Amino acid sequence: MFELRGVSKSYGPAVALHPIDLRIDTGQTTVLIGPSGCGKSTLLRLMTGLLRPTTGEVLFRGYQITPENLLSLRRQMGYVIQEGGLFDHLTAGRNVSLMARYLGEPQDQIRARLRELAELVRLPVELLDRYPVELSGGQRQRVSLMRALILDPAVLLLDEPMGALDPMVRHDLQTDLKQIFRELDKTVVLVTHDIGEAGFLGDTLILLRDGRIVQQANLPELVNHPADEFVSRFINAQRSPVDLLRVPT
Amino acid sequence: MMRWRVRTWSPVGGMLLLLACGAGCSRRSHVTVGSKVFTESVILGQTACDLARSTGADVDYRRQLGGTRLVWSALLSGQVDLYPEYTGTLSNEIFAGQNVLGEAQIRRALSEKGIEMTRPLGFSDTYAIGMREELAKKLNINTISDLRNHPDLRFGFSNEFLDRGDGWPALRTAYGLSPTKVTGLDHDLAYRALANGNIDVTDLYSTDAEIEYYHLRVLTDDRQHFPEYQAVFVYRADLRQRAPEVVDAIKRLEGRITQSQMIKMNADAKVRKIPEDRVASQFLSQTFDLVNETAASGFWDRLGRRTWEHLQLVGVSLLAAILAGIPLGVVAAAFPRVGQIILGSVAAIYTIPSLALLVFMLPLLGIGWTPAVFALFLYSLLPIVRNTHAGLRGIATPIRDSAAALGLPAFARLMRVELPLASPSILAGIQTSAVLNVGTATLGALIGAGGYGQPILTGIRLNSPELILEGAIPAAILALAVQGLAEIVGWVAIPRGLRLKRET
Repeated sequence: MFELRGVSKSYGPAVALHPIDLRIDTGQTTVLIGPSGCGKSTLLRLMTGLLRPTTGEVLFRGYQITPENLLSLRRQMGYVIQEGGLFDHLTAGRNVSLMARYLGEPQDQIRARLRELAELVRLPVELLDRYPVELSGGQRQRVSLMRALILDPAVLLLDEPMGALDPMVRHDLQTDLKQIFRELDKTVVLVTHDIGEAGFLGDTLILLRDGRIVQQANLPELVNHPADEFVSRFINAQRSPVDLLRVPT
Repeated sequence: MMRWRVRTWSPVGGMLLLLACGAGCSRRSHVTVGSKVFTESVILGQTACDLARSTGADVDYRRQLGGTRLVWSALLSGQVDLYPEYTGTLSNEIFAGQNVLGEAQIRRALSEKGIEMTRPLGFSDTYAIGMREELAKKLNINTISDLRNHPDLRFGFSNEFLDRGDGWPALRTAYGLSPTKVTGLDHDLAYRALANGNIDVTDLYSTDAEIEYYHLRVLTDDRQHFPEYQAVFVYRADLRQRAPEVVDAIKRLEGRITQSQMIKMNADAKVRKIPEDRVASQFLSQTFDLVNETAASGFWDRLGRRTWEHLQLVGVSLLAAILAGIPLGVVAAAFPRVGQIILGSVAAIYTIPSLALLVFMLPLLGIGWTPAVFALFLYSLLPIVRNTHAGLRGIATPIRDSAAALGLPAFARLMRVELPLASPSILAGIQTSAVLNVGTATLGALIGAGGYGQPILTGIRLNSPELILEGAIPAAILALAVQGLAEIVGWVAIPRGLRLKRET
């Protein structure tokens, strides 16, 4: 789906991402994970074309992303940002259908698609008439996901979509997302700093640190064969309540 | 009511009229009358207007345009067709240093510039020097020469007299005066300063109403220093071809206004607070049995006419500022470098005092409606440009990115996402502009654009609080109304989702 060749990103002297080569496989859920400032969001934004690489090239479905083809390629990607990035002046439904209306798709077709997507993301359809400020954080993320899916994109790019949600809402949404990804059978690239979320949703995990890929593997391999000390520290950094209750021996 | 129609037609209608009237279309002759900024000139200008109207001409009156130089240059450039002038001013100021003396020589000098002059109207409004009667008596001062013995007297001259060649500098030389204290002030304020004892000696006009009112002594010009200031009308030579009947009508005034009639008219206007148009029409009805309908206009007619003039000034300039300001703000937000230049420029315009801006506009756009609207337009730009820029720059990066990531082209993003999100800020800018504009538009009267500024300006000149309030109160009410209207527009125009957000 994506192929990155020698891609790097610098802001003046500050290097956000060192040159990397990377392939994102079709049909897989790939998770970009790492501590804050590791370059995972930069990597995702390079894939969407929101950032232009300092060196190297980004290929999407075999095409290099250029300013000329950027708009048409973006319509084949669905992008969800932390806190949704919904437009406050439009109702949820209009947020979702903005692009379809811009492209002049027939009204009844858009309406049918809205119902279908609402069902998919498990959002009560009547909430589509509300404005973003009238929705909860979890509902907003579901609307945002609908908006990303409206044109039936080839890939879903999610930038910490659950970063701002409280744990219970996040748990429910994670469960639903896993289900949705399975139903959609789409390529998904997800950015998170939560190893639990990454392991739960991802087929492949790409662990980054200081703008470099440290290890690319599935969860069992990451846990059992960490590439270095950092990887095992990162994996075990999260406290689990169950561990806390375990009687020290 | 006639005036109303004239004003309404002037800017837009005038152009339509030109378009509609091709060759062979008979047209009412159009005349623009000007006047200087003092009462006598305004009254004389008004009599000329009434007489011109009596011939059926379409008349525009640019009253109290400014000082001699300004009205003279307006005549030369054709922005006014005629205005009242004095032979002394022509000799000593306009043709200063060219030794143009006497009626025949003035006439010749004028014709070289394409200007003609009526015969004298009958009275002379010459410069004179006056003091409070009691002080003059105490010090035994009867002639200007007597002033030499009292260098400690405080001299306060009108600014124009202080500056012009035939004024104070010439007088000082002619009489060898060397007072210790000379200040410049407004001619009308000078009388009050004299009456209050703030100054002791001032310049007068020999037809001034205040000479009697304030019990002043006019000092004898014992060296015959001051030239004759016979009142005349000067007009463009092409007016005689364009509207001979108007020139004939004005010439009816030749030799018809006596010194005492002029003093009475000045006193009617300045002391008895009778509006100049009524003073003029009273004189004309007594002298020529001429009845003028406009002078009879009541308070509500005046208010209606001025409101309409004011709304035109505000409406057109504000609309233009919105149409230009929003795109400028968009460009400024999209291109930060250019944005710095745009924001810097509109802010710089804003810092020019409004009075100065209007005066700068004169040589470029002349007088009247167009330059006033243009100046107001420039003033209204800043709040709109700045708020559009701020509103667009204030959109959070995730929102921007989301719009871009959808694959919407830049223009569609602007129209469908960014401008609606910036709309509360933009509307606030328009509201600020509109309210400021209503206030600033009162200055339009200074360059003959009418509106609520007209009675304010006249009120200042006549020291009439009632007249000032007649302009100031409606202007304040209009500003409040505009504020209220903007609230309603905001309620309708700001998307509901954003209003909800503001409430939470």
